[in-house]
Amino acid sequence: MADFSDLFGLVTYWVAIVLMMIGFYVVIAQGNLIKKVVGLNIFQVSVFVFYISMGKIDGGSAPILDEAVKIYSNPLPHVLILTAIVVGVATTALALALVVRINRAYGTIEEDAIQAIEHDEEDLA
Amino acid sequence: MIESLTQNMITSDPWLILLVVVPLLSAPVCILLRSGTAAWSVATAVAWSVLAIALYLLNTVMESGTMIYRIGGWDAPWGIEYRLDAMGAFVVVIVAAIGAVVMPYAKQSVAAEIPAERHYLFYAMILLNLSGLLGIAVTGDAFNLFVFLEISSLSTYVLVSLGSDRRALTAAYRYLIMGTLGATFYIIGVGLMYQMTGSLNIADLATIMPAVAETRTILAAMAFLTVGISLKIALFPLHTWLPNAYTFAPSVVTIFIAATATKVAVYILLRIVFTVFGQVDIFDHFPIQPVMMGMAIAAMFLASLSAIWQENVKRMMAYSSVAQIGYMVLGVALATESGLTGSIVHLFNHAIMKGAAFMAIGAIVFATGAVTLKDLEGIGRRMPLTMAAFVVAGLSLIGVPLTVGFVSKWQLVSASLELNMWPLAALILLSSLLAIIYVWRIFEVAYLRQPHITEHGPKTVPLSMLIPTWILALAGIFFGANATLTLNIAHAAARQLMGGL
Repeated sequence: MADFSDLFGLVTYWVAIVLMMIGFYVVIAQGNLIKKVVGLNIFQVSVFVFYISMGKIDGGSAPILDEAVKIYSNPLPHVLILTAIVVGVATTALALALVVRINRAYGTIEEDAIQAIEHDEEDLA
Repeated sequence: MIESLTQNMITSDPWLILLVVVPLLSAPVCILLRSGTAAWSVATAVAWSVLAIALYLLNTVMESGTMIYRIGGWDAPWGIEYRLDAMGAFVVVIVAAIGAVVMPYAKQSVAAEIPAERHYLFYAMILLNLSGLLGIAVTGDAFNLFVFLEISSLSTYVLVSLGSDRRALTAAYRYLIMGTLGATFYIIGVGLMYQMTGSLNIADLATIMPAVAETRTILAAMAFLTVGISLKIALFPLHTWLPNAYTFAPSVVTIFIAATATKVAVYILLRIVFTVFGQVDIFDHFPIQPVMMGMAIAAMFLASLSAIWQENVKRMMAYSSVAQIGYMVLGVALATESGLTGSIVHLFNHAIMKGAAFMAIGAIVFATGAVTLKDLEGIGRRMPLTMAAFVVAGLSLIGVPLTVGFVSKWQLVSASLELNMWPLAALILLSSLLAIIYVWRIFEVAYLRQPHITEHGPKTVPLSMLIPTWILALAGIFFGANATLTLNIAHAAARQLMGGL
């Protein structure tokens, strides 16, 4: 039974690992540039889940000083992840802007098609 | 514990934070100005002030030891502290010097390659990039380092995408995907370390690390950090983003990122391996040494071989960068004082020679608009001054005596001989032969072939581009002939790193 409680106690970490692998796989395996960005987002969100669960203490309250409260959660990882979320949003925005411009320049956002076009250009040059 | 750390240090020197804040705040100023020339003036003034601050900091650090600045007056490890030691100061000077030399060059080159309405945005981005790279070198906080890493990376993606060829867009996109994966791996590693130590301060992490070093969590952290940083360094085989990014970025961007970005990434690797894990015998717990050495040697040979087959000179130099990164990582993998000295001095030397090489190429692009070997036929006779600067840089890449390239290779060879690893020394020399081949290909085309007869010859390269090129080319000879200064600083930095703090 102890094994099960470990399994459930660590459930957020399992979620983080599963999300991480899904995101990483999508980034590598997908040929569509938008889907790659989606994969990258899932990958980053897994890290957010990981940091947030790291700071949470069982029964801990929000870190606002109060005499009735004995246990507080650690606010630092949560604050860090606010920063990481901002970075993630900026990255996504930039990636999507690039995809829009790639679509205008190549007429496609499929990696195979783009590579074929680039390959032809290389032969000409 | 904290008190013992702060002894013999200058506390709270405001120049330490101004170094980062000045370029960071000038970037939005450039955007408000909305004029290319005004933005260029601001960027140039900022770049030179940053260089002045950087030289002052290096001088202070070399004379009186590590400097710290406590942000908001909070003591570490509760507050974020900026901490500059010899290693950091050396990297800061490399970045600032390249920034200062590139700015005058940028004016004409940017005017020729980027549409005028985007000029002010270009200078805003390059200032953000500068501030991110400097921030990485001065911060003493592992998470703050991630923030600066992303500031510099995001601005680099934008800068690369400004290239005139449409392939610049896909190069920037691929760089963005790989770079973000790398940075995310880095924060996973930092998170795992925080879980075990409860600290993000690099100096504090170093003191706590021995107690938890044997845990699986820390081993996982180390694995994530190594892979993440290696992506940023473009260590073979994680270098695939680099050749296209360097080839299709505007000339100024290629010069700047080739001379600084990967160097700063190597600095992060040194910081993690030798400061955070400095008091742990990391090489006993984790097979990082053979892995890095294998990758470094593979980079030295395979990337040089790829360089030989390139027709585009910019891409050839990009592959040569991947090979040179191999030398830097090789010194890190040796993990001795002289090996590290070789690595650190090569950061500086490679920044100079690659900066000069890409500046010469940028000038050729400005004059003729082309960079394939076929276009360069006879260019040595038509653009003698520019090509001569390239020759100096090329000889340095090979490692000919009296050039900076010789200094670093000599240091690395003697470091491997100290460890009785003579096959390694032989490999270093052997890989230099490959450099001779690709550099010779350019020399042969430029000097021994007949120039194309065209109605109008190449455009005259303005002095504002020629002088920076020659400053770097001559610096390559000066620091090659008088290596004492740079070797002393690199040696001091290596000693500090090996001593833990």
